[in-house]
Amino acid sequence: MVMEIQKTKHNWLNKGREYWRGMNLILKNPLTTFGLGIIIILVATALLAPHLAPYPEQGRGMSNLKERLVPPGFRHPFGTDNLGRDILSRIIIGARTSLKAAIAVVLIVIAIGVPLGLIAGYFGGKVDEIIMRFADMILAFPSLLLAIAIVASLGPNLLNALIAISIPWWPWYTRLVRSQVISLKEMQFVESARAIGASRLRIMFRHILPNCLSPVIVQATLDMGYIILSLASLGFLGLGTQPPAADWGVMVSDGREFFLKQWWISTFSGVAIFLTVLAFNLLGDGVREALDPKIRWRFQRK
Amino acid sequence: MLRYIIKRLIWLAFVLLGLCAITFTLSRIIPSDPAASYLGPRPRPEQVEKVRVQLGLDKPLYVQFAYYMRNLVHGDLGESLRTHRPVLQGIWEHLPASLDLMITAIFIALSVGIPLGVLSAKKENTTLDHLTRLFSVANVSVPSFWLAMIFQIVFFRWLGIFPIGGRIDTVVNLVSPIKQITGFYALDALITGNWAALKSTLSHLILPSITLAAYSTGLIARMTRSTMLEVLREDYITTARAYGISEREILFVQALRNALGPTLTTAGLCFAFMLTGTFFVELIFFWPGLGTYTVNAIFLNDYPVIMGITIIMAVFYVVVNLAVDILLAVANPRIRLG
Repeated sequence: MVMEIQKTKHNWLNKGREYWRGMNLILKNPLTTFGLGIIIILVATALLAPHLAPYPEQGRGMSNLKERLVPPGFRHPFGTDNLGRDILSRIIIGARTSLKAAIAVVLIVIAIGVPLGLIAGYFGGKVDEIIMRFADMILAFPSLLLAIAIVASLGPNLLNALIAISIPWWPWYTRLVRSQVISLKEMQFVESARAIGASRLRIMFRHILPNCLSPVIVQATLDMGYIILSLASLGFLGLGTQPPAADWGVMVSDGREFFLKQWWISTFSGVAIFLTVLAFNLLGDGVREALDPKIRWRFQRK
Repeated sequence: MLRYIIKRLIWLAFVLLGLCAITFTLSRIIPSDPAASYLGPRPRPEQVEKVRVQLGLDKPLYVQFAYYMRNLVHGDLGESLRTHRPVLQGIWEHLPASLDLMITAIFIALSVGIPLGVLSAKKENTTLDHLTRLFSVANVSVPSFWLAMIFQIVFFRWLGIFPIGGRIDTVVNLVSPIKQITGFYALDALITGNWAALKSTLSHLILPSITLAAYSTGLIARMTRSTMLEVLREDYITTARAYGISEREILFVQALRNALGPTLTTAGLCFAFMLTGTFFVELIFFWPGLGTYTVNAIFLNDYPVIMGITIIMAVFYVVVNLAVDILLAVANPRIRLG
């Protein structure tokens, strides 16, 4: 027993070192570092949004009709929209909305996908078959189309948009967790837990679950870009966040009416979406390369 | 081989059934009463009751589902709440315009994405590689609705070299109208030798198809790069080099031939994915295709149209997926296990 514990400790140390090595590998690529940098700035902006925004109340939706459609300048670096609201403030407050929404989607997806994956992987047989076939069926749909159909029938608002984006997305996590569980459930620590007489639920959630969480968290981070883009797309179609709350997709859509003359409304909010999604995708690419042993070998040889 | 195909076809039937069950459920959880919205604003209660019976909404749910399936099998997707015209007819009329756009876009994506991927793999970890990768990730990340608007500002308002939207110039269409043969404007104009119309069609096609192609270009370039990297490490490439075969032939013939499989799978998926892409691109470029048809239905809460399009597009998506898988299995004996 003691030896076992020491062994695990040793493993943890090794693992820590490996993570560090992985991190170095990731940061070797300038593009990945760039992506990580933007994400850090974005998160900081979202956390400090009300303090950073020059006109926080306008960012939240208060109109200011005296200064409608002012071009970018000293007072309003990104100009103002048709209700006189400062675009920069709306983008900063919008960063908070977008991140919050994306995190909510990730949480919903994990809450549905992970337990199903645990059950499918642990029980196997018929249960596994049913869950996985259902997951495959959902994956057979083009995801954004399914999301649009769902919001269109539930009614357009932010909550429904979150649900609609989560429904086509959870099967990926079920697949991921299931494959982990299948390899974990034959491990010694699970067997000893079973020998001690731990219940199935306890084994699944206390012993197996913590061991398959790290790939889930990595995957969730990588998916953020896609989720933010989907949210913005739904917002653009008027199926997501409802006005007057600030949302980047809605802002691009609002600016469409004026954009051949007042180009700044759509342009800057679009840049915000683009940079955010780009950053998450660049980071994702880097992480995937670092995790793929075939590619890692190539990296190390260089 | 045959067993693999049959297995996949049976699975396809299940997926389609599940798909119909999902759209049926969605069309029943719609908050507003379908019978009431069928009649338009302020219907009388007895009218609503009549339509209810007429639409079969008074029957139990499983009977409704049976009706729904029966209609689907007969190609009846219901009719639009606004225009009271059959949804299938609407889809059929708007399809050629979208296909026009999608085929041009996939062509652009392949002809830009594959060379970029090959180049990137050849020059792995150089500045050129980093730039190419940045370009492909940027293509995958850019919101198409925003890219479309930026294109309009730059190429229409500032440079004035491309039209802002539509399929053909109204004046050109009046002076030398296109004879509709296939429904694809460019092709029809080419067949009939209508050069003015051809020129106008092509210049209208460029911006929307580039916008629509962006996502696929990035994905194809990425996929080509990573498979090329693997193939280039294989022994037969070294052998080919030892034989003194030119580097260009090794890259674009020997290696690319074996790296093309995953790229083509990606292209198939991209083509199916473009259906949703057209929603945004067509809306902004005033392109009279399926995307515009759908988005208008969304704005007007025209549920039968939305559901009809969802079914048709999902079927298209599933079938393209299957076709790509089967083609690959035929081409590559190693994945015939299925």
